[in-house]
Amino acid sequence: MYFLTELKEGLAISFRAIRANKMRSVLTTLGIVIGIVSVTLMATAIEGVNRAFERSAAAFGTDVLYVQKFPWVSNEDWATIRNRRNLEVPYVAKVERQASLIDAVAPVVTTRRRLTYGINSMEGAMVSGTTAAYLSTAGVTLNDGRFFTAEESSGGRPVCAIGAVVAENLFPNEDPIGKTIRVAGFPYTVVGTFEKQGGLFGAFTSDNRVFVPLFSFQTHYGGRRRDVTIQVRVADLKQMEDAKMELEGIMRAIRHIPPGKPNDFSINQQEILTQTFAPISLVIATIGLFITGLSLFVGGIGIMNIMFVSVTERTREIGIRKAIGAKRRTILIQFLSEAAALCLIGGILGLAIAFPLSLIVDQVLPTAMPLSVVFISIIISLVVGVISGFLPAYRAARMDPVEALRYE
Amino acid sequence: MNVIELNAIVKTYDMGGAEQVMALQGVSLNIKKNEYVAIMGPSGSGKSTLMNIIGCLDTPTSGQYLFNGLNVSDMNDNDLAKIRNREIGFVFQTFNLLARSDSLHNVELPLIYAGVPSSERKRRAQETLANVQLGDRSHHKPNELSGGQRQRVAIARALVTKPSIILADEPTGNLDSKTGEEIMMLFEDLHKAGNTIILVTHEAEIAEHAYRTIRLRDGKVESDEIVTKRRVYQRAHAS
Repeated sequence: MYFLTELKEGLAISFRAIRANKMRSVLTTLGIVIGIVSVTLMATAIEGVNRAFERSAAAFGTDVLYVQKFPWVSNEDWATIRNRRNLEVPYVAKVERQASLIDAVAPVVTTRRRLTYGINSMEGAMVSGTTAAYLSTAGVTLNDGRFFTAEESSGGRPVCAIGAVVAENLFPNEDPIGKTIRVAGFPYTVVGTFEKQGGLFGAFTSDNRVFVPLFSFQTHYGGRRRDVTIQVRVADLKQMEDAKMELEGIMRAIRHIPPGKPNDFSINQQEILTQTFAPISLVIATIGLFITGLSLFVGGIGIMNIMFVSVTERTREIGIRKAIGAKRRTILIQFLSEAAALCLIGGILGLAIAFPLSLIVDQVLPTAMPLSVVFISIIISLVVGVISGFLPAYRAARMDPVEALRYE
Repeated sequence: MNVIELNAIVKTYDMGGAEQVMALQGVSLNIKKNEYVAIMGPSGSGKSTLMNIIGCLDTPTSGQYLFNGLNVSDMNDNDLAKIRNREIGFVFQTFNLLARSDSLHNVELPLIYAGVPSSERKRRAQETLANVQLGDRSHHKPNELSGGQRQRVAIARALVTKPSIILADEPTGNLDSKTGEEIMMLFEDLHKAGNTIILVTHEAEIAEHAYRTIRLRDGKVESDEIVTKRRVYQRAHAS
């Protein structure tokens, strides 16, 4: 009925009380400030890990199957897997000819080599030999220029496309397109650069990678028997499972595996990573938020404590208010709003501190404090205030006016 | 018409265990509208307990209390709060003003609890302060006022809801005699204006301002008589 008037009056009293006890209020609120800072930063960091993962996973492409010697996630005996025969480049042609549910196949062989351009160099960059079809079988986007053509690829032309980190290292102040870099001494002309991917899986990102035609790769860096990854893009995402079955059949035939024997190759896909990562991410988030939530809990206890002090100190005031007609509810609202106001101030201060800190986190992980976190932490600090204020406020509301008026 | 009707009011306090203290042992009395009554008695006579019950701050253990014909003996906390808010104006010995609030806000407070809208609240509080000659002190806090001024703010607070009774507990107890006289004159004026006043005191001199004195002893009414020799201070300018 008069709820709004009561709330308004309650808030006015709260702010007067908070101002009257500035030092105490600041110290009490500090617990909430620290709690909100740690919870929001943790949420921001978790958001960053998730975003980094999503970006990395996107680089694999949702519709791409990776036929490889090694599985990405496995609980099989490592020795058995290591003893598998390497995959070979000629498989690609066979898969292309026999599979009906796919629209691109590309072999990828990779090694590490030193890159140089003028005085700039980069140690241990990844060098991948592949075909023109690669661009359709990976989640990469060209930033500038082009990928090499089928003719350049089969002709073994000395051209290359480079990742963003390679471009930054070798060409800090120059446009890389058309320049000739040396990959372990052999010259390659840059025809394209990729957009930066970032992400968690350094070994899979295109950022620190140079792509050269497969034929050139084999000529310069040898190893026709080097293990090959066969990247297959499925024509229709809805037929992913069928395509996988078909691919498995073709590979078993190529490798002459008798029925009943297990595969001696693995078919990997992005889903495996997301499925593996999701529960890990959930556990990290739960534990992280729980631990940081503890500090908020401690802050709440601080608020409860000081509210008990405040109620005891103002026993007489409560008696006066009751004598002139304040109902239990009125007193309850008065003290609840004081606790909530304290926590709200703490929450807002906490956010004001956490926001610049989240920009520092952003330097390490691709993140920004999510707007939802801002709203949630404001709501959480209100809730903490109301919960921790409840017992003291309830005690105040239930005071006997006669006793309270007699209190010295 | 009786504003207050007490029938065989008993109040006992549990002192822990089986021990009980009987503060009021069957008090019956009536107070009419526009009466000016003093309740007297030595300490331990039960006058504070009686005042708390009349003021609806406490409920009797047994007996019936009719306030304006309404049975308040078994009302719940909220209904009692409402009665205190609208029907009873308290004036305390120690003033009991809110230290952090100015006079205006102190006087406004009962109206806030009554749900009166802000602008009307301010107007009525200001008006009532002016009636106790404190119209120019509305933004002073209690510690910026003299004792007499504080008690007048408290009286304004008691009056602002136009209550059925004014319940004053030793209203001059913390004031020097000169200021006490002023306050008693103010009560005189209030009584003339039609207010019902109940004065709780142990000082015979103060009780003599009333028209009727009820003496309590050991939780019972010892005597209930009309004051024959009323003491009325004359205002300086009126003499």
